[in-house]
Amino acid sequence: MSAAIVIIGAGQAGVQTAEALRTGGFAGSITLLGNEAYGPYHRPPLSKAWLAGEMDSAQLVMRAPEMLARKAIELRTNVTVSAIDRTAKLVTLSDGSSLPYTGLVLATGSTPRRLPLPGGDAQGVFALRSRDDASAIAERMAVCIEKQLPVIVIGGGFIGLEVAATARKKGLSTTVLEAAPRLLGRVLAPVLSDWYANLHRSHGAALVLDARIAAIETDAQNTVTGVRMADGQVYPAGLVVVGIGVAANDQLAQAAGLECDRGIVVDACGHTSDPAIVAAGDCTARRLPDGSLLRLESVQNATEQGKSAAAALLGLEKPFTATPWFWSDQYDKKLQMAGLSMGADQWAVRGDMAAGSFSVYHFKGERLLAVDSVNASKDHLLARKLLDAGVSPTVAQAGDLGVELAGLLVK
Amino acid sequence: MANITYIEASGQSTTVSLNDGWSLMQGATANGIDGILGECGGSCACATCHCYVDEARLGDLPAASEGELDMLENVAAERRPNSRLACQIKASAALEGLIIHLPATQE
Ligand SMILES: Cc1cc2nc3c(=O)[nH]c(=O)nc-3n(C[C@H](O)[C@H](O)[C@H](O)COP(=O)(O)OP(=O)(O)OC[C@H]3O[C@@H](n4cnc5c(N)ncnc54)[C@H](O)[C@@H]3O)c2cc1C
Ligand code: FES
Repeated sequence: MSAAIVIIGAGQAGVQTAEALRTGGFAGSITLLGNEAYGPYHRPPLSKAWLAGEMDSAQLVMRAPEMLARKAIELRTNVTVSAIDRTAKLVTLSDGSSLPYTGLVLATGSTPRRLPLPGGDAQGVFALRSRDDASAIAERMAVCIEKQLPVIVIGGGFIGLEVAATARKKGLSTTVLEAAPRLLGRVLAPVLSDWYANLHRSHGAALVLDARIAAIETDAQNTVTGVRMADGQVYPAGLVVVGIGVAANDQLAQAAGLECDRGIVVDACGHTSDPAIVAAGDCTARRLPDGSLLRLESVQNATEQGKSAAAALLGLEKPFTATPWFWSDQYDKKLQMAGLSMGADQWAVRGDMAAGSFSVYHFKGERLLAVDSVNASKDHLLARKLLDAGVSPTVAQAGDLGVELAGLLVK
Repeated sequence: MANITYIEASGQSTTVSLNDGWSLMQGATANGIDGILGECGGSCACATCHCYVDEARLGDLPAASEGELDMLENVAAERRPNSRLACQIKASAALEGLIIHLPATQE
């Protein structure tokens, strides 16, 4: 058989891998399979500008079908891969047909966790991952506006907070219920969690931290009417959006016997435990040099791993080792994060928190681990350069606006 | 509405009619024009929608925000005085006939 690469998942990572294969000179066939009704589209705006009604669906398009066609990338939508036969090297589609491959890419993304509570599947309770989810939420928001029903967001992570900000923009009464004592507790420094809590409250959103939820209350039609807390208090709701994290879509890989550990285990070059199969994006767990596994859910991770995976299929090594970055838009504030802050024990704030333009530098000892910037893109870009180069300011330097941090790079 | 002409680094020229409110980045990705990636979907967070705007028309465009100017420091190709991020420029009648050049690389 002539070279044929099959890509499962027509999202950020799948598209990137397909295009990088062509840029890298691959001349065989490329088939991009997606189980949604749409061609590749941008997910990040779904919780932001798109949900706010500031853009129409056509503006979400990531790649026009004719662009993929010109690159001889065959896009097939509405198809689900149900199994991988590694011995025969073919994938089975849900309609029973099969497709042979010489190289296979797993770019299946992730699925939001469901609320493990009574009423968690009621009408009007949604998670947000896809265009269809976003449409359903937008429709329900319209009903809430008309009937003046409040919106409850369960989970104070990025998606939940972005949805809350968008709901407030639309004038909806909005409450965020977060189980932890602070917002974005796993990723942000405590000062920044507090700052975000104030931001949301100042825009009129209610926040409940340490929230203990008992159940979703419904009416006779199984439509949500409220959220009941462990202490019996009920928050009325016409819409509940659940943002409590995602799980990697690694079921296909598991069934095929590939190494998985809360994600398809890959090395920095995108190899799985089968040399003919690579994986990229949200579905992966990347093995780091110290043996630990890293799961990232971001556009940059999907695109960089996609480039690595394409290179691996071409027999090249293109490890993804660049500093991770991420952004989140809430109200008129852009958060840009560089690096990974796990294990930080010291922090320095640079800039003016009250004025809403500043950065928080995370350190372990005197080593810079990560920088979170709010409306301070310059800091963010410099942080990426510092972290890429392994150059660290001292904690004191980071907090001192009189010290020009860019100067540390040229040395 | 505005007709915008995109000239790719290869010289390939495409004119697209954009509805008001569409960004020049969206106009490129939705119409099969190569040379703009738009990884972040228009959030002014990735700098992969860099373009060079016809110098004579620079004045017809709203000025770049501080965030855009910062991100322009990170573009892959050479930054020039007429460099802009295509996701931050929204189509309107004022842009009718605008020509933008796309750089050879965005990454
Ligand atoms: C609302 C929202 C907002 C976000 N905001 C940001 C942000 O601001 N910044 C940021 O960096 N990241 C953000 N992200 C995360 C980012 O969108 C993801 O990390 C990225 O899309 C991951 O790309 P992927 O290709 O791995 O997965 P996806 O883009 O999810 O693509 C996977 C595709 O594979 C399909 N698929 C799965 N299984 C099969 C199968 N068996 N057969 C066929 N097809 C299959 C899925 O349906 C899906 O279409 C956001 C995500 C969401 C949902
Ligand atoms: S699309 Fe990312 S900065 Fe323009």
